[in-house]
Amino acid sequence: MNRKLTNWILGAGTPVVVVALWWVASENSTNTFFPPLNAILERFQALWLFEHFGSDVLLSLRNLVIGYALASVIGVGLGFVTALVPVIRWGLDPLIHFLRGIPPVALVPIFISLIGFGIEMRLASITLAAVFPTLIATVDGIRGVDSTLKDVSQVYRLTRTEKLAQVYLPAAGPQIASGMQVSLQVAFIVMIASEMLGSSQGIGAMTLLAQQSFMTADMWAGILLLGVIGFGANLVFEAIKNNVLAWYVGSKRLARS
Amino acid sequence: MELQNTPATLDAPAAAPRLEVTALSKTYGSGPNAKCVIEDLTFTVNKREVVCIVGPSGVGKTTLLKCLAGLQPATSGTAAIDGRTIDGPPPEMALVFQDYSRSLMPWLTVRKNVRLPLRHLRLPAQEMNGRIDTALAAVGLSHAAGQYPWQLSGGMQQRVAIARALAYRPEILIMDEPFASVDAQTRFELEDLCLKIRDDFGMTILVVTHDIDEAVYLSDRVVVLGAKPARVLDIVGIDLPAPRDQISTRALLEFAEQRTNVLSMIRKPA
Repeated sequence: MNRKLTNWILGAGTPVVVVALWWVASENSTNTFFPPLNAILERFQALWLFEHFGSDVLLSLRNLVIGYALASVIGVGLGFVTALVPVIRWGLDPLIHFLRGIPPVALVPIFISLIGFGIEMRLASITLAAVFPTLIATVDGIRGVDSTLKDVSQVYRLTRTEKLAQVYLPAAGPQIASGMQVSLQVAFIVMIASEMLGSSQGIGAMTLLAQQSFMTADMWAGILLLGVIGFGANLVFEAIKNNVLAWYVGSKRLARS
Repeated sequence: MELQNTPATLDAPAAAPRLEVTALSKTYGSGPNAKCVIEDLTFTVNKREVVCIVGPSGVGKTTLLKCLAGLQPATSGTAAIDGRTIDGPPPEMALVFQDYSRSLMPWLTVRKNVRLPLRHLRLPAQEMNGRIDTALAAVGLSHAAGQYPWQLSGGMQQRVAIARALAYRPEILIMDEPFASVDAQTRFELEDLCLKIRDDFGMTILVVTHDIDEAVYLSDRVVVLGAKPARVLDIVGIDLPAPRDQISTRALLEFAEQRTNVLSMIRKPA
């Protein structure tokens, strides 16, 4: 308990110390590229709370959420089919591994030339890039389902739907969740990248524009916001995961003790 | 050698066999690398009978059960229930797996594990809950219904697996070394539970075990397998009085004779 408290203080304290150091060290900074934190926070408030909140922050977040949701659904669905239908597995497996070898950001130019600079391009880029981690994790998870559990579902003559929804999906759940967590990071990266290429709206576009106009405090404010969003998104994901996979978390904790 | 087919508890002596294994063989692979695991097995299990299959470890007993449960096709020969050849998991059969820790769904509570196979039977809610309650009570786990399998001891987990089979109300229950990895006290309790199930629910029970004392204690007949490939060495009728009792039955002279009989058959070089 004491140790836990110490760890918690360490975890929460370190960022506070870092921010404090930043604040003090940059207080009288005249360097164009490293403005005082004070100034960055002022710009942060001016830009994001709430002048550009509706026009840019919400827009970026909406793209992230929709793209990520689509990627998760497609990834899990396609993963099930790929893992369970041999013909599709043999056909798709090499293709999947080739496509996932391409850095996700490199997909953005393809989509720009195919569908232009609009929201559709950004959504398509996010979705396609974020599909692969979930897809691959789902295939692995399903293929790794314990043979005894498969035998059990056969002996008790579970229906196909029951096998899929009550056995395969939960059994592969922990692995699917790990894949979805990576997908979330990828979706976030591609969200920013897609806004930085030829868009005038969104957090990424605003940040790049600030950099190009030598408004470094604005640029830092954008980076700070991205950090906060990334951190928050992961926090939300962890909370949902620990809730849905409570059985897994609990059994792991018990196995360790 | 006594080859009596009539168990002590059977009312009608001339009962037709429920489960009939005829010249069953199982070979993995083909050509020169073919590995024959089971060769020409023939035995029967009558209604309401408890039959144990014993044999040296690694003899292919689990393979045999997988063939009986319709999980694997036999290479030749047949297994049949009431004369109907088994070519897939039969609806009247349940199987308790050897590896209980892997046969339960860790994401479901004990109660939901027991309920899982019942859902597609579309029973009225009242009957479904009744069956679950009865099964959990029979294995003494009513208090653990809300817990997860991984929170329970090995013996309790195996009882959950048995409760799941009970609630399914199979006519034929097959168990694969069901008590192999539980402590001695629990093992006695589970053995008695097995006999009680047969009496209460009129089940036909086939148990694979490597424990000869257990086989003699449980069985109406013991099928002795020899290695390798597995084949029937003998079928021994166990004529011990019912009801069996862990203390008094095991103290009987006949019990000692029977176990010596079976053991010497297994130890004898083929």
